[in-house]
Amino acid sequence: MLRTIKFQREAEPEWARQVSERPGCEGLFSCLQCGSCSGACPLSIYMDYTPRRIIALVREGFRKDALSSMTIWLCASCYSCAVHCPRQIRVTDLMYGLKREAMQSHLYPAHLPAPVLAREFYNMVRRRGRSSEFWLVLRMALKSNPFVLLGMTRTGWDLFRTGRLSLKRERIKGMSELRALVGREVAR
Amino acid sequence: MNPYGYFPGCSLRATGVAYEESLLTLFRLLDLPLEELRDWNCCGATSYMSIDEESAFQLSARNLALAHKAECRDLLAPCSACYLVLRKTQDYVERYPAIGKRVKESLAAANLPVLDGVRVRHPLEVLYTDVGVERIRSRVVRKWSGGRVACYYGCQIVRPFEEVDRAHNPTRMDELLGAIGAPTVEYPLKTACCGGALTGTMHPIGVRMNYILLKEAVRKGAQAIVTVCPLCQYNLDAYQSEIRGKTSTPVDMPILYFTQVLGWALGADAESLGLKRAISGRKFLEQWFSKETQEAEAYV
Repeated sequence: MLRTIKFQREAEPEWARQVSERPGCEGLFSCLQCGSCSGACPLSIYMDYTPRRIIALVREGFRKDALSSMTIWLCASCYSCAVHCPRQIRVTDLMYGLKREAMQSHLYPAHLPAPVLAREFYNMVRRRGRSSEFWLVLRMALKSNPFVLLGMTRTGWDLFRTGRLSLKRERIKGMSELRALVGREVAR
Repeated sequence: MNPYGYFPGCSLRATGVAYEESLLTLFRLLDLPLEELRDWNCCGATSYMSIDEESAFQLSARNLALAHKAECRDLLAPCSACYLVLRKTQDYVERYPAIGKRVKESLAAANLPVLDGVRVRHPLEVLYTDVGVERIRSRVVRKWSGGRVACYYGCQIVRPFEEVDRAHNPTRMDELLGAIGAPTVEYPLKTACCGGALTGTMHPIGVRMNYILLKEAVRKGAQAIVTVCPLCQYNLDAYQSEIRGKTSTPVDMPILYFTQVLGWALGADAESLGLKRAISGRKFLEQWFSKETQEAEAYV
């Protein structure tokens, strides 16, 4: 693996401080770099940076490296890291924060279905108050890589014949109430 | 008795419909009234939080406020993601005054009451604490005739809150299944992650995680896995044929909900427990939950 030397002048220490103020990330600067999070994480073997290395990048202020990593989109939010951390850092919440920032600044890897799914899910819930699994998967596939639908036909058929594929598009009655609560805007 | 509030979530109306069927059947058999939360909205799951934190809490706040308005003290969320998001919202509103203030303001703007006095609970914990292992044992009418099972708790009901069961070695499902005579195996991966949405977003990785879970269950001598979450059940159930093709592991294992297993022991029929909705391990299911077994065991 090619390793790039990082220089202090590329770092954004102010950003690191802001991250440490987010809920669950208060312990960021007390991280021991023990690697319990990486050891507990069932997905760290597939990640470009393990959770421990993400924390190291974040607290040194290497914003762009952290935000454009695959790691944050591989995190399945299983909270294993959170219960193993001796400093009570909610690594899962740190990852959520990084995902949100990566979405806002369009720093996520191109053609990755995970951010597309997140955005489509968000918009569906904003517009209808509920998500409908079939339509959500269809939208995710069409907007990231339509060819994946071919690989899904078997599963789709299995779900259909067992009565588990609902084509109904759910919508709640209290949409005006929901809009008053969360606002109207959708994510691009 | 004050009915339990019931928050089905989106999955229990689609891929996890067997969970809803078996849950409602089981609660009826135990004379526990359930009342669906009227006009509930999506919990936001893991994806919504990846876009916007503030409105993710507001989404859950609406559900909690509706529960409060309906004078529901216990809100049951059978899906692990729903359970966690609702519980996390309560926790963050309480622990972070800034979040609490914003949530209160938005609730006021929508003419909804403030969050108060609603307990978010998972059916596993309700069956364990409110009903109890002994009462379940006393209600058993049918001896378990299926194979050995691995109890799989998954991630979000035990972590990070530890209110449903212990985070590192949960045993409540094993105890409940022990009460109906179903033999359980040691399953070290009982709280490992099923990959959640990864089977959809990064398919090969998601499938591999489920392959590991299935392979370990086979190695420990289990003939079925029992789950507490619609997403775990779906992931483990739906991709077994793909795993057979790719890894030459001859796995064909039923993936059940704990409510199905308990409901069967308490006398419900296969139809009302949604047992026909399984994709994998159908030949075992037909053997274990057949009419003949039903009649033979009725005399036990």
